[in-house]
Amino acid sequence: MAATATAYGRLRDYQQLVGQFLTGPGLPLLFLGLGLWAFIGRTDAFVIGVVTGSVLALGAIGLTLIYGILKFAHFAHGDSMMLAAYIAFFALTGVMVGERTDTKVLPWTLSDLPGATKPILNFSFGYGLLMAMAIAAAIMVVVFIVLDRLIYRPLRRRRSGIVIFAIASLGVAIAMRSLILIFWSSFGRFYVPGIRPTTELPFGIRILTDQVFIFWAALVLSALTYVILFRTRLGKAMRAMADNPELALVSGINTDRIIIWTWVIGGGLVGIAGVMLALQAQLKPELGFVLLLPLFASTILGGIGSPQGAFVGAMVVGITEEVAVTLGFISPGYKFSVAFVILILMLLLRPRGLFGAKT
Amino acid sequence: MKLPAVLGGGALKGQIKGERLITPLTVLAITAAVVLMPAERSNWDVGGVISFLTFFATFVAIYGIFTLGLNVQWGYTGVFNFGVMAFFLVGANAAAIITKPPASTEYVRYVGGFGDKLAFIPVLDSEQWLPFLFGIAGAAIFAGLLAFLLSIPTLRLREDYLAIATIGVAEFLRRVTIEERGLVNGTRGLTGIPRPLGELVSTGDYKFVMLAIAVATLVLVYVAIERGIRSPWGRVLRALREDELTTAASGKNVFAFKSQGFVVGAMIMGIGGAIYAYANAAISPDTFTHFFGTFIFWAMLMVGGSGNNKGAILGAYVVWGFWTITLQLQGYTSEHPGPLGFALPDAVQSRIFFIRDFVLGTLIVVVLLLRPQGLLPEERRVSIWVERHAKHLGGARPPPAEQAESPPD
Repeated sequence: MAATATAYGRLRDYQQLVGQFLTGPGLPLLFLGLGLWAFIGRTDAFVIGVVTGSVLALGAIGLTLIYGILKFAHFAHGDSMMLAAYIAFFALTGVMVGERTDTKVLPWTLSDLPGATKPILNFSFGYGLLMAMAIAAAIMVVVFIVLDRLIYRPLRRRRSGIVIFAIASLGVAIAMRSLILIFWSSFGRFYVPGIRPTTELPFGIRILTDQVFIFWAALVLSALTYVILFRTRLGKAMRAMADNPELALVSGINTDRIIIWTWVIGGGLVGIAGVMLALQAQLKPELGFVLLLPLFASTILGGIGSPQGAFVGAMVVGITEEVAVTLGFISPGYKFSVAFVILILMLLLRPRGLFGAKT
Repeated sequence: MKLPAVLGGGALKGQIKGERLITPLTVLAITAAVVLMPAERSNWDVGGVISFLTFFATFVAIYGIFTLGLNVQWGYTGVFNFGVMAFFLVGANAAAIITKPPASTEYVRYVGGFGDKLAFIPVLDSEQWLPFLFGIAGAAIFAGLLAFLLSIPTLRLREDYLAIATIGVAEFLRRVTIEERGLVNGTRGLTGIPRPLGELVSTGDYKFVMLAIAVATLVLVYVAIERGIRSPWGRVLRALREDELTTAASGKNVFAFKSQGFVVGAMIMGIGGAIYAYANAAISPDTFTHFFGTFIFWAMLMVGGSGNNKGAILGAYVVWGFWTITLQLQGYTSEHPGPLGFALPDAVQSRIFFIRDFVLGTLIVVVLLLRPQGLLPEERRVSIWVERHAKHLGGARPPPAEQAESPPD
């Protein structure tokens, strides 16, 4: 009898230990181990995963800031990325779907600039695409601010619950996707037609040159966001507001201004992320909604409100997705479910995220 | 706090002139369009219009069932399910494979045809496959089981996490039906789902039988929810929705009650999926999209009024009416103009479905801003006991049903 009780007690202690390890240092170590193993075992899949992760990171950083500061799950984030990608496409080519086929509706587009489509370095695109990306980012900033004034601010003033915000942003997501379908129809599109140049990396890995660009752009922009958040007064105010909005307000922080800045950063990143996504794969209207899962998985993995966490989270999700498919653990049709499994695991074991503070 | 009138400040306080008229006018406009448009298109052919309206009413009843299920989850329990499609899919597919005969050719593959395998049960050995009531029951059981399994890890989490998790489950199940070809015939889906009571009448009159089945199910579900929600069980659910902490402090097992609300709502959605499969006679992965399988039910519930079962059904009527009207509008081309030469411009005509989706997305935002309580606001609930004993309690009447103090947000 006593022996059983002791054995049971030992088992419980052991369970507790495992639980503490998993929710403590276990998960980060597990992901680190998986990453190392993937890097050594399948370097090619690892590299593609890093590129996928870069695109996700750009989206997830904006998402995590909105989630952390405005305190709601922005379900329109994936569709905003797609809308931005299509705006860039329009600025570049001026093409919309007409009566039956595509028609160029703009009299003048970025492609008409002298040398705008001439490839830079070894990339597939010229400076026209970079300008289109800037235009898309600027338009998304305006769109986000207008949506905040029209929809989210009235809801905030009414002290609506997070769920009402979520439903409203879902409505926005549907509206954005239908706008894409109205203007550009449902077929896949490319910024630059034809075969794209590739580049040789160490270990004999061959990837698209554009993917190198995506990785560096994501790295630079993530670092920039980090600097804004941790090295400027604005960033300090943003973090204060994420921590405790009421306290921030009574400390004399103009919370309304911080909210605008959050949308500015989120919108700019969404614009660039959308173009990167289209550059990595192609433009397709239905990509946006499915993208929500890896985006939220990255956000929650890294801890809500933490941009560096979102970056690491996006890398983990991207690499795990690619490696799992390449190693044949799952068929490509289930690729997205990797993000889903990671999401559920995190929510169960460590809902504060890898880098979130213990509460 | 003062809000600009346009952005809802006025509507919230009931200051917009004629706000009382919004609900009757909306219903009137939808009804007029739903009846008159097909009548005009078919040159006032009564038979055609009746047939059209029968199908319309059948689908309103089916979507009403879904919206009632969502209302149990969101309107009464406050559980935030963004994956209605998961239960729709499970219910429809379960009902189909339970009642379909075994797959006969190598090109059509699905599990199912359980009839002959269950012949050892005396009641079931007469038929080659199971009767439709088993399909409906199976749909409810499987959807409920899925909800129960899901509720274990997710219901303890924050409500927005649950929303994300349910989207994931819905997308996952959709992929499973596509990838696992032997399960429900992959992308081609299931066709020729047996018609419930199909041997009773001729094919031409069958639509009335289907309407009767759908409406009967809707009424049964409605009565069951109304009874449940007025019971002590329903009161705990609504208490949970309003304030989880206080409910827990009153000694109620928060998780158990939330889980029950979630499972009951999911079972109702499963039943809706079963009736949908029977009414449509065919289902495929194309049916189960996030827009058509989840978002539209949220639009119906928000438009109708969450927390009000009549509102949920009215929402299904209004939104599906709007959906049908856009279908009809597509017929007004320049070759076949309507009265007064009304015709849609070609550019609009070819994009009418995308425009409809845009309007629905915008509509849900507008409703949230201007009329968060929906067309029919939540009523104040009184327990059955008080209602029944009101006349014995010294003539004290139950307090009049009025608008609840706050919409569930």
